[in-house]
Amino acid sequence: MTATLSPPRQGHTRFARAGFLMRVRELGIVLAIVLVFVAATSVNPAFARLDSVQQLLIGASIIALMGVGETMVILTRNYDLSIGSILGLSAYVIGMTFRAHPGTPIVLGFLIGIALGAAIGAINGWITTALRVPSLVVTLAMLYVIRGVDGVIVNGSIIGSDVVPRSFQAVGFATLFGIPWMAIIVVVVVAVAAYSLRSFRWARDLYAIGSSPEAADLAGIPAGRRVFTAFVVSGALAGLAGALFLALYAQIDVNGGTGYEFLVIAAVVVGGVAIFGGSGTVAGAALGAFLLNTINQALVATRISAFWNQAIAGALLLAAIAFDQWLKSRMTTKLQLEKGALREQSSD
Amino acid sequence: MSNQATELAAPQRLNSLRRGLFRWESGLVIVLLAVIVFGAGEVPDFLGSTNLFHVGLNSGEIGIMALPMLLIIITGEIDLSVASMLGLSGAVAGVMFEAGTGIWPAILVALAVGAAGGFLNGFLVARFGLPSIAVTIGTLGLFRGIALIILAPRTVTGFPTWFTSIGTTPVPGTPLSVSILIFFILAILTAVVLQRTGLGRAIYASGLQPEAAEFAGIRVRRIKLWLFVLSGVVCALAGLLFTAKNASVTYNAGTGLELTVVAIVLFGGASIFGGRGTIVGLVLSLAVIGFVQQEITQLPASATIQGIKPQLQQIIVGALLVLSVIVPGRGAALRRLLRRAGSPKRTAGAQNPDVHTSEVTTSGR
Repeated sequence: MTATLSPPRQGHTRFARAGFLMRVRELGIVLAIVLVFVAATSVNPAFARLDSVQQLLIGASIIALMGVGETMVILTRNYDLSIGSILGLSAYVIGMTFRAHPGTPIVLGFLIGIALGAAIGAINGWITTALRVPSLVVTLAMLYVIRGVDGVIVNGSIIGSDVVPRSFQAVGFATLFGIPWMAIIVVVVVAVAAYSLRSFRWARDLYAIGSSPEAADLAGIPAGRRVFTAFVVSGALAGLAGALFLALYAQIDVNGGTGYEFLVIAAVVVGGVAIFGGSGTVAGAALGAFLLNTINQALVATRISAFWNQAIAGALLLAAIAFDQWLKSRMTTKLQLEKGALREQSSD
Repeated sequence: MSNQATELAAPQRLNSLRRGLFRWESGLVIVLLAVIVFGAGEVPDFLGSTNLFHVGLNSGEIGIMALPMLLIIITGEIDLSVASMLGLSGAVAGVMFEAGTGIWPAILVALAVGAAGGFLNGFLVARFGLPSIAVTIGTLGLFRGIALIILAPRTVTGFPTWFTSIGTTPVPGTPLSVSILIFFILAILTAVVLQRTGLGRAIYASGLQPEAAEFAGIRVRRIKLWLFVLSGVVCALAGLLFTAKNASVTYNAGTGLELTVVAIVLFGGASIFGGRGTIVGLVLSLAVIGFVQQEITQLPASATIQGIKPQLQQIIVGALLVLSVIVPGRGAALRRLLRRAGSPKRTAGAQNPDVHTSEVTTSGR
């Protein structure tokens, strides 16, 4: 309706403004990270040392990686609660492969994790879209089922550093020009995902589906297929995160990754992704994970007790959603005012 | 409306009979019977008082937390902070007791903390209009984090015997644990409120059609606010019972239980979109899960399943949960699949309230 009234340029600037707001949101997180970093460094100068910064990047990478997949799912107004369990199963299956066939190339280890995760994501996506049942329930159930299957396979044993090849473990600590490989992997994944979400139709559709499922349906968007894809991506990235988990810690037992689903959702929401879909960026999600991890390590470095970490993360999440709500209500009023002004103009 | 009802009396009675047979709760009864019959056959003295006591002891706190969760889910919201509140309540009581305040002040303050935490959730959700799923993931971290700050890494023990005996001795003359008895009392109260009072109808209406409920004069936001406060207090009570059962307090008590509670409520037939769910379903669901758990731990040792008992339980819970969302809507889902197979152009939409509305219309007829 308003599209016919308003000249195209107006619509263009409006989109541009939404993009600008999103960038402001991300800048806010960057600012918070810098603040925490400066504060921690002023108390403990060792915090700014190269190896310390490397640890900051490595520590955030697993949550950031899962955050990218979770963002894709949340954009469509769905949730994936099974990612922590997928991480655990993926890490264990990779470890088992190394135990059974010590000569396995490490690339194959990564591929196994990704494929396993993608397969589970496909199950999540299929049940959610084909049977049209709420994803929250489906993935909650899968959280239990996968953890159970994991336990059956593990059967009390632990994969230790003796079976994980050194070259595989190196992915967890090795660096390239001082940048940890873990961080490089995350940056590449974030870049690919961000580019897709800007430029590819299937990924842009995720925003449309989350903004208004009815409108997306009317626009002819194959919502089922898109949501399915989002779940496959989320599963695959959780599987990759499992490989990184094994590389980083060089051991995995039946509890690996338990409770990660909430850590990831918290990071994603702190990063500015709307919990009811339709808005947010993968870069924001990754920055959210980085901020939470930086706070965590700053608490340790400044010798303020690490026990404060969880409470601060929770409070930060509450602050982030309250801020987003405030921003949203302000923007809505502004847009409504503009719309009203336009109507008056056109009726004159 | 009432005219219609009298005109359509006869077919409606038939319908309601048919509806009764095909209700989710009826399915739960059959599952429960199957679980009990299987247990009675495989586990010696399965229905003996010791076994029953342990079923109640293991499900008591979970059931207690599930009651306000059911009400909150019926209004279309969710509370993921319940298990953290359980932990925080125990931690507060433990720290106070350790400081020498005596057990009663510790209990009262723990309950007050529950109310305050619930109020925080309710205030952010009902007054600021923030999404409850995000708010309560935040307070999940916050409450557990405060428990960690005030308690970790210590463990508080040395509670009075009468307090810890709550967790180890059955209510005299029955095989019931104190926690499951409290659950039953609260469940009956909740059922009466839900089925027999205007408040109960208002709770359903808030979830079914929030806007229509507002226009009908129901104070949706106030109801939600007080349900969150109720949830906080009740979870604090569950935390005290949990403390009594373990005779000790650690900051991580009950970590992860929030998902078990949600699973039990949903398996009991509640809709995650709100507007639907019954106490009967919840009690049956709790019983099924409780008996399955007891059955698995008590099954005679056989080499194949000995090491994987907890995992077996997780798989069963997960499978039941999936069934609980697929089976009730299976007719519609099958038709949709067939239609899709017939005309490949039409693809299923994203998860949306469609499921919910279609179920409502079928049950309304």
